[in-house]
Amino acid sequence: MLSKRNPQLNKHGELVHLLSIEGLPRPLIHQILDTAGTFLSVNDREVKKVPLLRGKSVFNLFFENSTRTRTTFEIAAKRLSADVINLDIARSSTAKGETLLDTVANLSAMHADMFVVRHSESGAPYLIAQHCAPHVHVVNAGDGRHAHPTQGLLDMYTIRHFKKDFTKLTVAIVGDIVHSRVARSDIHALNILGVPEIRAVGPKTLVPGDLREMGVRVCHDMAEGIRDADVIIMLRLQNERMSGAMLPSAGEFFKHFGLTPEKLALAKPDAIVMHPGPINRGVEIASDVADGKQSVILPQVTFGIAVRMAVMSILAGNEA
Amino acid sequence: MSTLHLDAEALYAELLKGVRRLLQPDTALVGIWSGGAWLAERLQKDLQLAGSHGVISSSLHRDDFGSRGMSASADHTKLPFDVNGRPILLIDDVLFTGRTTRAVINELFDFGRPSSVTLAVLVDRGGRELPIEPAFSAARVSLAASQNLQLAKDEAGRFSFDIQAR
Repeated sequence: MLSKRNPQLNKHGELVHLLSIEGLPRPLIHQILDTAGTFLSVNDREVKKVPLLRGKSVFNLFFENSTRTRTTFEIAAKRLSADVINLDIARSSTAKGETLLDTVANLSAMHADMFVVRHSESGAPYLIAQHCAPHVHVVNAGDGRHAHPTQGLLDMYTIRHFKKDFTKLTVAIVGDIVHSRVARSDIHALNILGVPEIRAVGPKTLVPGDLREMGVRVCHDMAEGIRDADVIIMLRLQNERMSGAMLPSAGEFFKHFGLTPEKLALAKPDAIVMHPGPINRGVEIASDVADGKQSVILPQVTFGIAVRMAVMSILAGNEA
Repeated sequence: MSTLHLDAEALYAELLKGVRRLLQPDTALVGIWSGGAWLAERLQKDLQLAGSHGVISSSLHRDDFGSRGMSASADHTKLPFDVNGRPILLIDDVLFTGRTTRAVINELFDFGRPSSVTLAVLVDRGGRELPIEPAFSAARVSLAASQNLQLAKDEAGRFSFDIQAR
């Protein structure tokens, strides 16, 4: 029986770590999105900083490379007045043979208040959350193929911003779903928020049939997959995670599943196009679409900072 | 329980008179969310001031964030004018410890440098923990620290006071 409490929540049901969107109650997701809305306006102020995390130390632990996510977490933490320490762990202690938990124990001894963790192994942030001091909060910034909850939340913020009501939407997620922790986080969030139709679109090698167990409609045909969609989330083709020949070629992929203006015309006229970035122009998305008027790719980046501020401030205000 | 009765509508009429005396030619009204924002909205109309009133929230500058955490409300600050060089008149329903006032003054300065900041309140209930005094209060009352006094507004826009045990 799964009677064990969700490790992200304290006994009052408040968020103390953000490890995965799976299992979060709907009101909690809306609370995060509402709070993000408050922070969005902070960017328009003369002083783009609020003192909620003043005196707190946020450690960015990136065991796997990332520029954008690390930077947006850093900006978010700094706008909350935290001290931010970036550790490029891939090139330091780990290379010298230190274990993950020893690294975390050492950083805890430096009085960290929050760890933002990216790791190529699924579950690494859970392990850290289980072993860190009770006052320390852990945010998963992407673990293996498992989850990328802040990306999922910023995608939900974007959809709510442009479409308001989740309960009438058709959302198509297109591309390399099997390797995508973003897709997994999005699917959990869309299910929790009551989206009636979620489609996973792509070739059989990248969109396996067992995704149906997550409550999605699997489409191996692009036209069928995006017809009448309100939201299209394009994913990056993750060459670095692919082993062997899962695809004939990038050109072949673009021909069948790349989002072109012609294919976009099959979706609803007011459909929005999203992408977690970085985009591969001419591989999964045509430049005309990425830069077109239905694209909300850059607003996603702006919303991402506000969502990360919301997550960090909510965590910091809750006790384990 | 307290038998204190406060006629919020009568006090509002006093506040209107008091605020009129505090106005300078360029004064902008800023109501402290939530009760103060209702008052500022009505004062703006009754005083026939040009433009819109501002609303300010203490939530991003609270000193009890560590124990109370992040409030989920979308009560964010809206200041539809440039605060630089403006005389700002803060409006609140109830003044108690002064901590909310301190937080909103910090919030205000995140938007620029007002020429002055003044405070007018409907009710001053004493119990100050910071050196903050209003330029005007329509009433002073004494309440036990355990009692919570809050302005309420009905559908017709009429004010009343709620007194509850915390």
